[in-house]
This record gives sequence, structure tokens and C-alpha cells, in this order.
Amino acid sequence: MSRQPLIVRYRAADRINHWLVVLCFLLVALSGLGFFFPALFWLTGVLGTGPTARILHPFIGVLMVLGFARLFVRLWRDNRFDADDRRWLGDLSGVLRGHEAGDTGRYNAGQKGLFWLMGLCLVLLLCSGVVIWRPYFAPVFPIPLIRVALLLHSATAILLIVGIIVHIYAAFWVKGSLRAMVEGVVTPAWAKKHHPRWYREEAGAHVDHKQP
Amino acid sequence: MALQSLDIQRRSASPTQPPVVREHVTEVAKLIDTSTCIGCKACQVACSEWNDLRDEIGSNVGVYDNPADLSAESWTVMRYAEVEEHGKLEWLIRKDGCMHCADPGCLKACPSPGAIIQYSNGIVDFQEEHCIGCGYCIAGCPFNIPRLSKKDNKVYKCTLCSDRVAVGQEPACVKTCPTGAIRFGSKDDMKEFAAERVAELKTRGFEQAGLYDPAGVGGTHVMYVLHHADKPELYHGLPKDPAISPLVSLWKGALKPLATLGIIAAGVAGFLHYMTVGPNRADDDEEGPR
Repeated sequence: MSRQPLIVRYRAADRINHWLVVLCFLLVALSGLGFFFPALFWLTGVLGTGPTARILHPFIGVLMVLGFARLFVRLWRDNRFDADDRRWLGDLSGVLRGHEAGDTGRYNAGQKGLFWLMGLCLVLLLCSGVVIWRPYFAPVFPIPLIRVALLLHSATAILLIVGIIVHIYAAFWVKGSLRAMVEGVVTPAWAKKHHPRWYREEAGAHVDHKQP
Repeated sequence: MALQSLDIQRRSASPTQPPVVREHVTEVAKLIDTSTCIGCKACQVACSEWNDLRDEIGSNVGVYDNPADLSAESWTVMRYAEVEEHGKLEWLIRKDGCMHCADPGCLKACPSPGAIIQYSNGIVDFQEEHCIGCGYCIAGCPFNIPRLSKKDNKVYKCTLCSDRVAVGQEPACVKTCPTGAIRFGSKDDMKEFAAERVAELKTRGFEQAGLYDPAGVGGTHVMYVLHHADKPELYHGLPKDPAISPLVSLWKGALKPLATLGIIAAGVAGFLHYMTVGPNRADDDEEGPR
């Protein structure tokens, strides 16, 4: 079993893309928490000073959205919900104890849910972010709309941060996942256990290749 | 830059008690009597003079209002409104600027510690060197007063001449007003004087004359005597019931504990889950069962 070849899960371009989004997220999330919580204003220090954080935060945010957009284009097909997701979701307590149900494909229902949540949050953050972006765009919007955007931007950001904490924990909990996003590969045992249908597809593709 | 001789009642984005050792601080107020204002703009000039502001010379847009709006270098402007009340044309003139709310929306919205302070005497003052230029105060203000400077991306507004008040002088606009339409003193005295003016206006047929000291923002430290206190909107859109927007209150209020709870809950749940369930391994065949 340990002799079986590793399976490629993410190509280098996608891994670099992912970590670029991670870097952007850390910078905007921390500086954003600094803007949001008075007692955490010092977190704006991750982008220098208060004013430099105010200047950089939106630009880094846009970079994050662009980076995520590329990942979205590459991954959305594998994140469509299907019948097997029902079985996975139906036995969440089993899932949380490490016994996943259902013939899961490349992504399980939890990953798919997070994927769409991130996409939705980033669209909302981008739209509301443009409305409150000073000094460039905010002056053209009426103040009542800016108030809506400020509330929406903060609430959405908190939702995304909680979602990302779940994402990070899942990657830490399910051993072998981090390797997929760092080295790009997973073991066959990992694939069989967590993504059996995807494993068969990958194995099948291999077999097809070898045929003359 | 905060004035050391003045106590600070509130400080933006500061969760702990600001310095308040001095007792017996009198609340001050500026009273603007719209019924005796002649629209001469001497107050605008005095404001620019004292605060050393030189706004760009604009162009005439066909009305008396000049400059046409408040700016980072014009902290007060005269607003002229022509309205018909009881079949008569009335020319209502109002000196616009910061109202120095007792419950300031700008201060509530500001994320930068100490960029906005409220002195115990009621003056709300921007400390531009702490301003980060986010413009949250502009969204927080119920009166649309703060203006972001294009020169330095800092926000400016009327200081109620806090520097003059700190040394026992009245604001520059008050000092210069040729008709005595602008008065300055303790808030109690100003209310008393306003009551006299209102009574006088009522004898002259202005049944609805009254004092504008809106309760929705906890009262203000700039008050108006209005001939039509029932219709403040007549005075170039002075809001009837100004209050901090519920959206701003939610953003700066309930959302904060909710967010704290959500983030901490996610972290604690993960920690407890890992401590009880342990890692999810696919390749631990060699370890054997527990």
C-alpha cells in the first residue's frame, strides 16, 4: 500500500494561487479587525500605520478577489452539489467523528458549502467595499447607502473569517490535506478514505492512459 | 494635540475611561438666532481668519450660498432658503456647521483611537494627526458635516474654537457677529436666553417659534432659535428628528459582541473537537487500534 504512487491533487499554479489568496486574506482580515474592534486597532499595524492600512486594505482586498476568481473558475465544476452530498450531510455526527458517509467526489459537501460561502462573501465584500472606498469611490455614493455598505462589509467579513477558521481547522484535522496544498499530492489511502469517487476517477484515468 | 486644560468625556475607539479628574465643568453652547441673522457671512470670514483656513475661491452658482457647501477649509457656511409660509415669502438664513452633539455619531463611528474627542464641556473635536482618512465619521454624522480634505485625506469640521474656549474666550464667529445673532455661554444660560427670544417671536406672530436642541442626538451644543421650529426642514433641510442611523448603531453596537462570540466559538469548537476526537488519519494502519 505504501508503495502505491501518490496522487496529484493540486498543480503548482493552483497552489501558488491559493497561498497568494491566503496572504491577501491574512492582511485584510487582520487590518479589517483592527478597523472593526477599537481594542484591536493595533492590528492595523500589519499594514504599517492606521493611514497606510486604510490606503492598502482595499487594494489587497481586490487582489484577493482576483486571486479567488481564478480558483473559482478552475474549481466550481467540482463544487456542484450532487446526490451523494445528501448522505454526507445526513451523517454529520459520523463525519465529525472521522467516519465519512457517501461516495464523495473531489470535494465533500462541507468543502462545497465553504467554497460557495467564500465566493458569496467575496462578491459582497467587493461590492460593499467599493461603496466605502475613500477617497476614490465613496464620494459618488449617497451617505445612506454608505451606511448600509459599512454594516454589510463588516458583517460579511466576520462571516468569512469564521468560515476560514473552519476551513483552516478542517485542513489541520484531516491529516494529509495540507500536503495537497503544499506539495500538491495525497496518498491513495487519503483519497480512498475522504474522496472515494474522486480516487476511482483518478485511478481510472491512470488505467486509461496505459492502454495503447 | 488635545487641549490639556480641558477634560475629555469621550474618546473615539477607546474602550477605557478617558481623563476626567477636573470637576465642575460647565457645558457650553452656541446659540444661533435665525430671526436676527442678516446673512452677512462675517462668521464665515471670522472662522477662516481665526482657524487660518483659506478655501479655494469658488464660483457663483446663482444663489447667495458661497461657498456652495462645507469643505475641509470652510467649516461654517450660510444657507439661504426662500420659502412661502402663510402666503408670504420668507428668506430663511441659517449658519450651518457642526452641531457638537451630546451623542456624536462621528465619534461613535471613528475607528482610530483619539481621532475624535468630546470634551466635558460638550465640544466635539477632531484630532487630525490621529485621523486615518477612512471617512467613517462622514457616515456616522446625522447632519452631514465632516469633510475629507483632498490635500491630506484627513477630516475637518468646526472645532467650536475649542482653543479659544479653553482660555475663556468665545468662538470667533460669536465674537464677530454684528447683530448678536450668535451667542455663546453655558448651555443653561443659552437655553434661558433662547426662551426669551422665543417668547418675543411669539408676540410677533410666529406661533411655532422654538429652540432647536434635538433630543435624538442627546441635545446639541450648537442650538438654533427658529421662527418655524415645527418645520426645521424649511431651513435648508435642517433634519427634524436627527439621530444616529440604526445601521451605524448596529455596526458599532450589536455586531461587535456577535462577531466576538462567532470567532471565539469557532476557535473553541475546533480546539475541543481536536482534544476529544483527535486527528483524522487515513494512513495510520501501522499504529494499530487504541
